[in-house]
Amino acid sequence: MMPLLEIDDLHVTYRGSRGAIPAVRGLSFSLEPGETLGLAGESGCGKSTVAAAVLRLLPAGTEVTGRIMLDGDDVLTMTFGKLRAVRWAGASIVFQGAMHSLNPVHRIGQQIAEPIILHEKLSHEAAEKRAVELMAQVGLPTWRARSYPHQLSGGQRQRVMIAMALACSPKLIIADEATTALDVMIQAQVLKLIKTLVAERDIGLVMISHDLSVLADTCRRLGVMYAGKLVEHGPSHEVFAAARHPYAQALSAAFPTVGDPAERRNPHGLAGDPPDPADLPTGCPFHPRCPVVMAECDSTTVELRPARPDWQAACLRVEDNSAPTSTTAMALGET
Amino acid sequence: MSDANNGPILRAEGLSVRFTAPGGRVARAVDGVNIDLAPGEILALAGESGCGKTTLARTLLGLERPTEGSVSYEGRPLRYSARALKAHRRAVQLVLQDPTGALNPRHTVYDAVAEGLRIHGIHDNERDRVAAALSRAGLRPPEKFFLAYPHELSGGQRQRVVIAGALVLDPQVIIADEPVASLDASVRGEILALLLRLRDELGLAAIVVTHDLGLAWNIADRIAVMYLGRVVEDGPVDEVLIDPRHPYTRALVSVLPNSTITESIVLAGEPPDATQVPRGCRFHPRCHVLAGGSAAEAGVADQCRTEDLPALITSDQRQAACHYVAAHIPTSTTPTSPSPA
Repeated sequence: MMPLLEIDDLHVTYRGSRGAIPAVRGLSFSLEPGETLGLAGESGCGKSTVAAAVLRLLPAGTEVTGRIMLDGDDVLTMTFGKLRAVRWAGASIVFQGAMHSLNPVHRIGQQIAEPIILHEKLSHEAAEKRAVELMAQVGLPTWRARSYPHQLSGGQRQRVMIAMALACSPKLIIADEATTALDVMIQAQVLKLIKTLVAERDIGLVMISHDLSVLADTCRRLGVMYAGKLVEHGPSHEVFAAARHPYAQALSAAFPTVGDPAERRNPHGLAGDPPDPADLPTGCPFHPRCPVVMAECDSTTVELRPARPDWQAACLRVEDNSAPTSTTAMALGET
Repeated sequence: MSDANNGPILRAEGLSVRFTAPGGRVARAVDGVNIDLAPGEILALAGESGCGKTTLARTLLGLERPTEGSVSYEGRPLRYSARALKAHRRAVQLVLQDPTGALNPRHTVYDAVAEGLRIHGIHDNERDRVAAALSRAGLRPPEKFFLAYPHELSGGQRQRVVIAGALVLDPQVIIADEPVASLDASVRGEILALLLRLRDELGLAAIVVTHDLGLAWNIADRIAVMYLGRVVEDGPVDEVLIDPRHPYTRALVSVLPNSTITESIVLAGEPPDATQVPRGCRFHPRCHVLAGGSAAEAGVADQCRTEDLPALITSDQRQAACHYVAAHIPTSTTPTSPSPA
């Protein structure tokens, strides 16, 4: 089966006043139709840049190399006309700030209908009817179609964003911190909705968040990014419970399990701060903060290496335990 | 100070704060809350946005005047003269959520920390006091940070500067509103560890306002869960979060990752707004125990819909404001069954 999304050795470099800022530095993964992948990491690790790169939403002048194949088409070289067709209909993005993504002076129903009118050449009437159906599917009261964004609560606005993302039946949805600003209970509602929709419609989902626990709960696979690269990639529950890379371990420990006596009155943090993308440490970029750093870490670059079948980590300490079925790791797009 | 060892250091009694919204509607932001904070205790004030937890914290600091009830510090009721408030805010310090917004970008770290001393007219040993506060907040060596500006610091360091600004006045209580919500996950734990260490080393009591139950599990001794202006469940963290009783607390705990409650209870709808507090139990329109029929089986469904629950009293024990809990768990200390029969 052809992967829905295949990213191969992606590099994204922003041009800023301080010179070149490498935000993504060699990222590869692939996603099958109906598959769910979580991308975790802290501010500045490059995770949102990946989302923007997939739909070529990066600022002009940004240098992008590598390959992004979306449903068999190369996103980086496609014509602008084709790209317009792919946005919304092939893949759509749900961003974090729903308030800022919605037009404050247009009614909700009109806004959901807009991509439908553009892409499916439906009449306004038919498109607004579809919009109302979509609203019902995401659990919004349909009379809200006549409301303006400011009349909705944060959770409702996020549902509007999801309805818009679904409007043209895309095969891929990228959710970039889509639930981060929401209250726990509203977040639970929205996550439940995303999970159901993805399963029912066989949509591929790339979910981006700093919250490893949310990703582990929603996605089947999990990638942890640090300084523009994947440092760990594997089955999400296993990675969350027993990460191999020391950074991924620290990140999972930062989200306490309520009820776990080991974490009671014992918050886990990591000394130091996430690195500045414009000034990355040599060798393994995590080595200045690494609790188990070795002498060679500041001089040796380390790529993802198989840790288990279907599971890789980029750390010199990781030993290859995938011997019996090491070919499965190769199949994940890492060569 | 003499009675500080046995009485609560900070207490709220029958506290209500009402705001008049445009159009004359009255928002009952805090609606009858009793809270005690013991010296050296860390209390988590948990709940969703709009539940009144921030208003309650501001009222405890004297930043809002209660419509009803009172705040007392070391057994003495808080007075609202400018002088009394100034003294109160020296002893009870606020730490804000967003360290970037809380710091003046044009003030150095030294000035930011010394500002409190200057406001309170403490001029002796300023340099030593600032250095001591910075190093207690984990910025060492402190001299290295004196002349730094906020933009030269990371998010975690900025939050430490804000905490140092609170510590420099030797407070007895810190009130921290979402102290780690704007920080990166890996930095979060370090700041929480700092709050725990300050309690252990300086005996500092703290109220931590948060929507994050994991944070409460990480550092708090006691938790008060708020819903629509009321505390609906209150007790030791180990008891409340492992075996929550109030249906609202149960729902909040159930949607946590790896929750002890296996079946997740996702409440429908949004928290109602404080201008329209429902009749009866304020949680009943969203309550799954009522909707699922369990409350009817226990014979309390009518009470849930029509009978408001009294505010929880201050107590060392755990308590929940719920008709079903009162009928179902007779051993629990609830206001409706004060004496175990």
